[in-house]
Amino acid sequence: MLAYILRRLGQSVLVMAVVSLISFSLFNFVGDPVNNMVGQEATREDRVKIYQELGLDDPIFTQYFRFVGNAVRGEFGLSYRSKRPVDELIKERLPATLELVLVSAVIALVFGIVAGVYTGIRRDGWLSKFILSSSLVGVSLPTFIIGIGLIYLFAVTLRWLPSSGRAGIVDLGWWRTSFLTLDGWRSIILPAITLSLFQLTMILRLVRSEMLEVMQTDYIKFARARGLSERAINFTHALKNTLVPVITIIGLNIGALIAFSVITETVFQWPGTGLMFIQAVDFADVPIMAAYLCFVALVFVVVNLIVDLLYVFIDPRIRITGR
Amino acid sequence: MLLEIDNLDVDFKARRLTVNAAKSVSLHVEAGEVLGLVGESGAGKSTIGNAIIDLLEPPGQVSDGSIRFNGEELRGKDEDAMRHIRGDRIGMIFQDPQTSLNPLLRIGEQLVETIQKTKRVSQAQAQQNAIELLESVGITEAKARMRSYPHEFSGGMRQRVVIALALAGDPDLIIADEPTTALDVSVQAQILDLIRGLCKTRNLGVIIVTHDIGVIANIADRVAVMYRGNIVETGDVKQILGDPQHEYTKSLISAVPPADKRLHRFASVDYIDGTGDATANTMQRIDINTHWLGKQSQLQQTHIDKDNKAPAIEVSDLSLSFKLQGAILKRNRRMLKAVDCISFAIAQGESFGLVGESGSGKSTVARLIAGLHKPDAGSVEILGQSVLGSQKDPLVKAARLNLQMIFQDPYSSLNARLRVLDIVAEPIRFYKTSDNEKHTRQIVKDLLDHVGLGADAALRYPHEFSGGQRQRISIARALASRPRVLICDEPTSALDVSIQAQILNLLKDLQEELGLTLLFISHDLPVIRQMCDRVAVMRHGAICEIAETETLFESPQHEYSQHLLKLMPRMDVFG
Amino acid sequence: MFAPWIAPFDPFDPAQISLWDGKLPPSWVEGGQEQYFLGTDNQGRDMLSTILYGGRLSILVGIAAVCLGMVLGVTLGVLSGYFGGLTDTIIMRVADVQLTIPGILLAILINGIGRTMLPLEMREDFAIYVVIFAIGLTDWPQFARVARGATLVESQKEYVQAAKVIGLPKRLIILRHVLPNTLRPVLVIATIGLALAIISEATLSFLGQGIPPTTPSLGTLIRVGNEYLFSGLWWITLFPAIALVVLVFAVNLLGDWMRDALNPKLR
Repeated sequence: MLAYILRRLGQSVLVMAVVSLISFSLFNFVGDPVNNMVGQEATREDRVKIYQELGLDDPIFTQYFRFVGNAVRGEFGLSYRSKRPVDELIKERLPATLELVLVSAVIALVFGIVAGVYTGIRRDGWLSKFILSSSLVGVSLPTFIIGIGLIYLFAVTLRWLPSSGRAGIVDLGWWRTSFLTLDGWRSIILPAITLSLFQLTMILRLVRSEMLEVMQTDYIKFARARGLSERAINFTHALKNTLVPVITIIGLNIGALIAFSVITETVFQWPGTGLMFIQAVDFADVPIMAAYLCFVALVFVVVNLIVDLLYVFIDPRIRITGR
Repeated sequence: MLLEIDNLDVDFKARRLTVNAAKSVSLHVEAGEVLGLVGESGAGKSTIGNAIIDLLEPPGQVSDGSIRFNGEELRGKDEDAMRHIRGDRIGMIFQDPQTSLNPLLRIGEQLVETIQKTKRVSQAQAQQNAIELLESVGITEAKARMRSYPHEFSGGMRQRVVIALALAGDPDLIIADEPTTALDVSVQAQILDLIRGLCKTRNLGVIIVTHDIGVIANIADRVAVMYRGNIVETGDVKQILGDPQHEYTKSLISAVPPADKRLHRFASVDYIDGTGDATANTMQRIDINTHWLGKQSQLQQTHIDKDNKAPAIEVSDLSLSFKLQGAILKRNRRMLKAVDCISFAIAQGESFGLVGESGSGKSTVARLIAGLHKPDAGSVEILGQSVLGSQKDPLVKAARLNLQMIFQDPYSSLNARLRVLDIVAEPIRFYKTSDNEKHTRQIVKDLLDHVGLGADAALRYPHEFSGGQRQRISIARALASRPRVLICDEPTSALDVSIQAQILNLLKDLQEELGLTLLFISHDLPVIRQMCDRVAVMRHGAICEIAETETLFESPQHEYSQHLLKLMPRMDVFG
Repeated sequence: MFAPWIAPFDPFDPAQISLWDGKLPPSWVEGGQEQYFLGTDNQGRDMLSTILYGGRLSILVGIAAVCLGMVLGVTLGVLSGYFGGLTDTIIMRVADVQLTIPGILLAILINGIGRTMLPLEMREDFAIYVVIFAIGLTDWPQFARVARGATLVESQKEYVQAAKVIGLPKRLIILRHVLPNTLRPVLVIATIGLALAIISEATLSFLGQGIPPTTPSLGTLIRVGNEYLFSGLWWITLFPAIALVVLVFAVNLLGDWMRDALNPKLR
């Protein structure tokens, strides 16, 4: 069991090392960092000076380890465009993204699992059939179209909710939240729904198909043959077994939410890290791209580590075999 | 009368046709007796069990007849009422203990839940009952084991837990559907003893559904024989086994390999219409000297000539370990010695048997010889040629070509995407052993005809064939390499007895005709007795005893061989 | 596919475009002109024709990207599954690392890097290929995983062992026996992958990272239209959006149907 955790931890570190290597090589692939720092009109001496200041004359390994060392402390240098430290920019915009992702994740999980279980149990009900057919439409709706549609309906036509931006922010000093005001909730609700809808349908379909699969197993048949009630079979026996694969998806799901926050934030002009990233790509602002890449990978790795640990609690087979 | 079934019809309505899985079935079970319901796959025997507790898989439904339990009609009861019958009054035991228990719940939880459902007792009382139940099915340290999860038990122990669960509601009737099929022989005997013991001490009625006549002989008081949805014969177990009346029962019993004597071939087992034993009458004997099968390809010929008198297979000090758990530190690695220093030699034309329980390493030996695993140590020689060297060496290739293998699972041993023609023709085309494509097709048709399938089979796909027919295709494919040595790895263990008898007959005929050497691997002692001249008994990767078959069966020397022979199900116990 | 024959106008022919006809609403709305059934866009192009051409482009890019991902993924996956050991470890670790970065993000990144590496004057012309490359490269781990899983299952089966005993070379065993039997799950993934690839392309284009407005795909059209949404020119966004959703929905339906049709358990 300890070996299992250690192995997972080792894998996570390995993944992060590779991702940091990729981020690092971005600096070398995309444009000339010195050019990006000083602009076209700098003299040759200036260039050499900056070249040395940045340590670009060191061997590539030294540069990489320096990059990793800095990255571990959260330092990714200055943004080419705004000339501000990248970590400061990220810290500034992180709360917006995390709050958006959190609200979406809650929406996606709660509605996805409830609807999935419902459609798995009531296979032939009209509501199940309705949910299922609309879920197929849901999978087919690109995030940005959902966003545009919601904006057009609720902001442009009905004028109930703001179309873009993040309003009603309360500064807690270390965190700028929009959870504490009505305006804040009004501005987060459309982007959160937009972001969650795709994931919601995915979770729904997954939970349903897992539920159906578990219902076919011998131990469910045996539970029936012992005369246990439908309730006990559905909720004690089936649901727990359904959750095992679903938890994996939740891990992937958080990563996907962050990825799609790039799109949602663009549509709603939500001032989060995603919007920052897309602007950075537009301007080939490598430090921000590199930092964002590491950030996303880190979130993913941490979430998956947590998921792996959760497995240990849910599935007793892992505790013994260590696999 | 505990249970009385009268003229029961069960239908499975598909879109176009309706399958009658059971036709006017009538049976009865008394308290304290074991009724064996025996039949081959597709006979409808499991359907009866499911119909009694109203758990037929859709679209199955009871269309006619009555099921009276303690005089009370069960048909037409609603789901709620049935739920109080299931578990409370009728218990069910399924085939595979690996999948019958919920892997995520402790066995204590599963037991307590069931006890509380059937009897209105307190949590503590249910705990106490659960422990007593586990003890009564022979689980030691029951109190501690309550907290274990299913995967912490062995197969036999799990089946005991399943039995405890079935007994939790103190039922009057137990329906056991192939309760020992997934278990090893030695465990099988224990479980059967347990069920029989419980039946007598608790005065239970028991229905055992099985395909295995050996099981019936060991446990049942009365037998009902099912064939294609009909009960063809019922009666006392001694009468049915000793003096069967119906033709089907007769052929079924004659297909069971007798443990006490060796037959030349199995008596006619062609009761089953359509899949008759084609090889018995229609097969033309081929003359090995003129037939294609008798020729040797250049590759085979140049390196291993016909007068070669070396042993067909000779292995010495063969060892292989599997890594159970990898670790960086060597002392942390857990290795399983699958094959441990094994040596034997098989003369040309001999039938050599390898027998042992699952996990004894007998299949691994076959795979090592066939080159599917690489041994850690030891040597393998085929017809005097060592085959562990470079696989590109023409001598090694030629020797390997002289050895072919027939596998256990007829459903996975054929590539579903290829036509039978292409499957069988593969070695002929690859080694270019025919004159041209037309000749190839002729050879394939000839081979298919020879294994009793008929030349028409060539253009069809594997899924159109039954298990026994697929095994014939496998044999034809092996013959297409023109081997002199054939390894048969449990070739009939996935087949019904009557089909098994046909395949065994076919193998015997082929061996006689083509002078093949057989390495025959099986867990089934009676089958080994019918097929082999000499036998090696394997256990934990090592050979306990090698002896002439008759000597082994009459006077086994090694303790383990004696143990195995004692457990061997005998048809003659009652006769 | 048949856009050039059914479309009433050629949106890339300057002779047929007049800015005077720009921003006209659909023909049934007041102010609409009959020859422009779905209205015109900001540059005076006929919406119906542009959508047909754009849809064709979206499908082509999607198919090309999926093919790239599939060929790459299946090759690596089958090799990984069949040979196991170090090959397997390396390929699957690479896939694992790539899967830590969500697909669309990686596509944006690869696409962005691809564009910066091209000389400025080539960026517009090669944008389509960069997009295909970016999406295809993001897709492969899915295919690799499925193909590897199927290969592991298949190569354990006895027909593969029988082929080994016959003495067939590895190349032949893989191509003739293993590969055809792994394609069933791969095809199901491919249709779902096609829907996702079309969405990815549209998303990239919508973000302004994909296909340029001169040869618009559906995503580009929606991006352009989105700027006019607030001024009430709803048709420039609505029709391409509907076209995109219908397209993806159709592909998804196909995928669902294939999954059921190819799943032996459900038959």
